[in-house]
Amino acid sequence: MSALNIALVGNPNCGKTALFNRLTGSRQKVANYAGVTVERKEGLFRTPGGRSVRVLDLPGAYSLDATSPDEAITRDVCRGALPGEPVPDLLVCVVDATNLRLHLRFVLELRRLGRPMLLALNLMDQARRRGITIDVAALQARLGMPVVETVAVKRDGAEALVAMLDGAVPPAPEAGEDHGDLHAQVSALLAEAVTMPERTSRLDERLDRWLLHPVWGLVILAAVMFLVFQAVFSWAGPLQDTLAGWISVLGESMGGALPDGPLRSLVQDGLFAGLGTVMEFLPQILLLFTFILALEESGYLPRAAFLLDRPMRAAGLTGRSFIPLLSSFACAIPGIMATRSIQDPRDRLTTILVAPLMTCSARLPVYTLLIGAFIPDQPVWGVFNLQGLVLFALYVAGIVSAMGAAWVIQKLRHTEGEHVLLLELPSYRLPNLLDLGIGLWERARIFLRRVTGIILSLTVLLWFLSSYPAPPEGATLPAIDYSLAGRIGRWMEPLFAPIGFNWQICIALIPGLAAREVAVAALATVYALSAANDAEAITSLSPLIAADWSLATALSLLVWYVYAPQCLSTIAVIKRETNSWKQAGFATGYLFALAYLASLVTYQLTAWLMS
Amino acid sequence: MVLSDLEAGAVGTVDAVHDAGPDDLVARRLRDIGFVSGETVRLVTRGPLGGEPLLVQVGFTRFAMRRQEAQRVRLQRPGG
Repeated sequence: MSALNIALVGNPNCGKTALFNRLTGSRQKVANYAGVTVERKEGLFRTPGGRSVRVLDLPGAYSLDATSPDEAITRDVCRGALPGEPVPDLLVCVVDATNLRLHLRFVLELRRLGRPMLLALNLMDQARRRGITIDVAALQARLGMPVVETVAVKRDGAEALVAMLDGAVPPAPEAGEDHGDLHAQVSALLAEAVTMPERTSRLDERLDRWLLHPVWGLVILAAVMFLVFQAVFSWAGPLQDTLAGWISVLGESMGGALPDGPLRSLVQDGLFAGLGTVMEFLPQILLLFTFILALEESGYLPRAAFLLDRPMRAAGLTGRSFIPLLSSFACAIPGIMATRSIQDPRDRLTTILVAPLMTCSARLPVYTLLIGAFIPDQPVWGVFNLQGLVLFALYVAGIVSAMGAAWVIQKLRHTEGEHVLLLELPSYRLPNLLDLGIGLWERARIFLRRVTGIILSLTVLLWFLSSYPAPPEGATLPAIDYSLAGRIGRWMEPLFAPIGFNWQICIALIPGLAAREVAVAALATVYALSAANDAEAITSLSPLIAADWSLATALSLLVWYVYAPQCLSTIAVIKRETNSWKQAGFATGYLFALAYLASLVTYQLTAWLMS
Repeated sequence: MVLSDLEAGAVGTVDAVHDAGPDDLVARRLRDIGFVSGETVRLVTRGPLGGEPLLVQVGFTRFAMRRQEAQRVRLQRPGG
């Protein structure tokens, strides 16, 4: 039997991706359509009859009259007008059986294309639960295409669809009686084939009454956010330590097998140190992703966007920016990738540009070191702790600065015209484990692929800079002083003297470019300490820098870390997602300027107050 | 009367969506998602701050939109 190319097409929130996951399992390939940042998802499966089927999961669309790059892709593939993309042999129109009023209109629009297609009535279990009855035979007769029922979240929920794919491809529906208004046709279809006790689900009504309540809605949102952060930062810790331990053991054993020399140093201090940094943050990022995915699947995240749209718009953003900015607390890279869900290109760009200001987890080691060394561990008003308050203030500084920066960017760009929200709040659904698992795996893979290449190559480069040239015979200073990195650090010193950075800090800033957290390890190297990991480095560095640096320098460095774009991976992702070196350059420039200015004010002010 | 004039919880009937300018994508999208003459719409609730955005039910679906978007939707006079 010949292979079959099918495409899943339907409205957003019709359960299309769940159906795609059900059909293909883990045999999926995720990439981008050529030239655009629209995700292309393709999968493979074999029917019981032995036919191999290639499935394309098209981006959700409300209409062929596209208003976003995603919808334009769906339109072009359905019409067979996208270069390099084969015309699907069969369109599988997926609809949510509880939302036929909206979804059938798109099906009727697709029917006008005159291509072979069938209709999958998805979420049939929900429809039955709500007492909705659908006369499948009547619907099939009126639409002129086969209709199957599916329940994408059930193990055998796609069997009827798969069985149908085993047979001959149905002929293209006749559009004979199709003229005039699509909405009127949908109403006629519904009147004939569907009975529905009530228009909305009672559960949705009840949940929305609480979750969108002017007071309780915001209280619940704050509680949810607090729980997510608490979980991400307290649960991921032990996992991170374990992973870091394994990697350093692996690095040492691999390095140990090599003869002492540059190659061993490269493997141990370059490759594995770099890999370790990436992997250490993986548990935190995965945990945060799990929460975000679960909240997204449940239908809560659009509600959060609804609640926050007004304040975020005042700052020059949109309610839709909430999800990307939330992800950026783990790492700006997945956050910037998540901005694809923002329809308005101006809002998307602003969100990308301010995402690096969210305090990502990579800054934590630096904050921990400096706060531990310089901020006294004393209670404040009985309930708080000064160290905790300073950490909290650094997070708040990031958020407030992001809002301010977004506001200024919008003003500077003179963006005229309306910024549109128009966001569907889908029915609440229980997150499904298969979909969560596949979603998580996919995001983790994309993250690792993006990051490992960049970080690994940079770590190797920086390893080279800090190892060569080697110190002369009888050298007294740490080896890094004689290296290229050391020279660059000293050369940088005059520039950074006004903000209180000594040459040691300047040197540490260079490796810190690859990833912020590397700066701690670099400081340890500069101060000629041998430390096996970050935790050890922090413990032994603390007393040293507490004696060597002034409070003004420490505060200045803390503030520097709130702003400075010291993460080349982030800059690379900004370039990729905006497809513009100009925007990446702008982001780098404005963040450096902000960092320098804020550190200058902090240093000079503190020095003056302390004198 | 336009959609954004509805009180929270109130129901109205769509008369038409008018274009705010030439080639108004938003107006076209509103028509596509069901804001067409004779359709019943309900303003479910408003955002907690500044009365925005609006949560509007059309057909079986709920959409969040800003006031400016909702102003494109003209409603029939009650009883008219």
